[in-house]
Amino acid sequence: MIYLILIFFLLILMLSAAVYAVVQKDLLYAVIATGVISLVLTAVFYMLQAPDVALTEAAIGVALTTIIFLITIRNTKRHEDDYNKKDNLKSPLK
Amino acid sequence: MDDKLFEILEYGVYGASILLILIGLYAVLTKRSLIKIVIGMSIIDGGIHLLLITIGYLKGGTAPIFSPGYEEAAAQMVDPVPQALVLTAIVIGFGVTAVALSLIIRLYRHHHTLEIDEIKRLKW
Amino acid sequence: MKKFLVILILAVLGFHLFEAFSGLGLGVTRFEKGVKDYYLEKTVSELHVANTVTSIVVNFRGFDTLGEVTVLFLAVSAMGGILYKRRHQTGDRSVLFSSSSIVRSGSKLLFPAIILLGVYVFIHGHLSPGGGFQGGAIIATGFLLMLIAYENFSVSHNTLSYIESFAGIFFVGIGLLGFMNGGTFLQNFLPAGVLNNLFSGGVIGIIYVMVGFKVAAELTGLIYTILHEKD
Repeated sequence: MIYLILIFFLLILMLSAAVYAVVQKDLLYAVIATGVISLVLTAVFYMLQAPDVALTEAAIGVALTTIIFLITIRNTKRHEDDYNKKDNLKSPLK
Repeated sequence: MDDKLFEILEYGVYGASILLILIGLYAVLTKRSLIKIVIGMSIIDGGIHLLLITIGYLKGGTAPIFSPGYEEAAAQMVDPVPQALVLTAIVIGFGVTAVALSLIIRLYRHHHTLEIDEIKRLKW
Repeated sequence: MKKFLVILILAVLGFHLFEAFSGLGLGVTRFEKGVKDYYLEKTVSELHVANTVTSIVVNFRGFDTLGEVTVLFLAVSAMGGILYKRRHQTGDRSVLFSSSSIVRSGSKLLFPAIILLGVYVFIHGHLSPGGGFQGGAIIATGFLLMLIAYENFSVSHNTLSYIESFAGIFFVGIGLLGFMNGGTFLQNFLPAGVLNNLFSGGVIGIIYVMVGFKVAAELTGLIYTILHEKD
């Protein structure tokens, strides 16, 4: 009984983290939300009786994917700019 | 009471994985920054893996490992074949994400912008 | 206008997917005798291996594992070819800087423990949950910790290439040995021991140790390439 309520709570947390990762314009927060999705997926995989898959998702999805995204953001821009449709003369080089 | 809750759980887990696929697809189709598109692809991967493992679940089942003392418990084990497929899929999804991000770094150094519309318009 | 069209397409797609999967049922057996019964039975009686997922990944469908290892190798090679930095590049922020003293002393303590855990996980792949991919990823995380904490910690790229190539050649070599002894590629030709022993399952343990080394070297090389770009 408490098992099922726990799975529901984890699924709602995962879906809200996914919506936050898509909507947010500051890319650092979006990448951390992707890490939270992988973390909750690890717990759900363990509850569905699949321990090998949970280990792999924890090692690869949480640690390595987040660090590769962070290095990419450090080498490029951090904020996602607003695109103005009426401003066709905006120069991309600042 | 437990049976009704289990029925709601069935809709819950399938619905959550399909919603994850749709949210990732929305990010790929609508957003303009290249890093957001790659984040969307990573979310789609997570949704697909959850869907595959949920199909192989058996009610009241246990993990497919024959520990000492449980050698005759083969009738109550969950399906091990989707787990082997998802193991491969996670590693390959990570490889694709890594190559896509390195392409984004090169693209930024050349064009100094990350929007797909600007990159389409700039000439050499 | 475009967003409305996208939401419409996603709603139709979601409705059809949900309708297809809600009639499936969660937690019911769907076939009388499927593939999983064959695998679950053969794992105990013929191979004497405790972890069923390991025996499927290495023995019953071992060719797919060879393909996956090749795809990882291709990804790391492609990344090495794409990323390089020109000499005078203005406006780039540096990725490497030294961390605070807490991170430095803590990572020195944690690094041997993480490597030991990774080696334990891929040696006991056929007895408990784990295996080559999981152990290799854990070892790569340990190296990542040291690479972030210290500025001039470097792993020699030559050593990584040698370990990776040797492990890959060993994997294909065991497959060819099975070809000469039994009849098919990647056939199990060593004697399968007793269930739940360390030396059980024939070639499965040896192949998984080699896969563990290869994946650890590849993922460490990937992290090292994206941090230090060559000129």
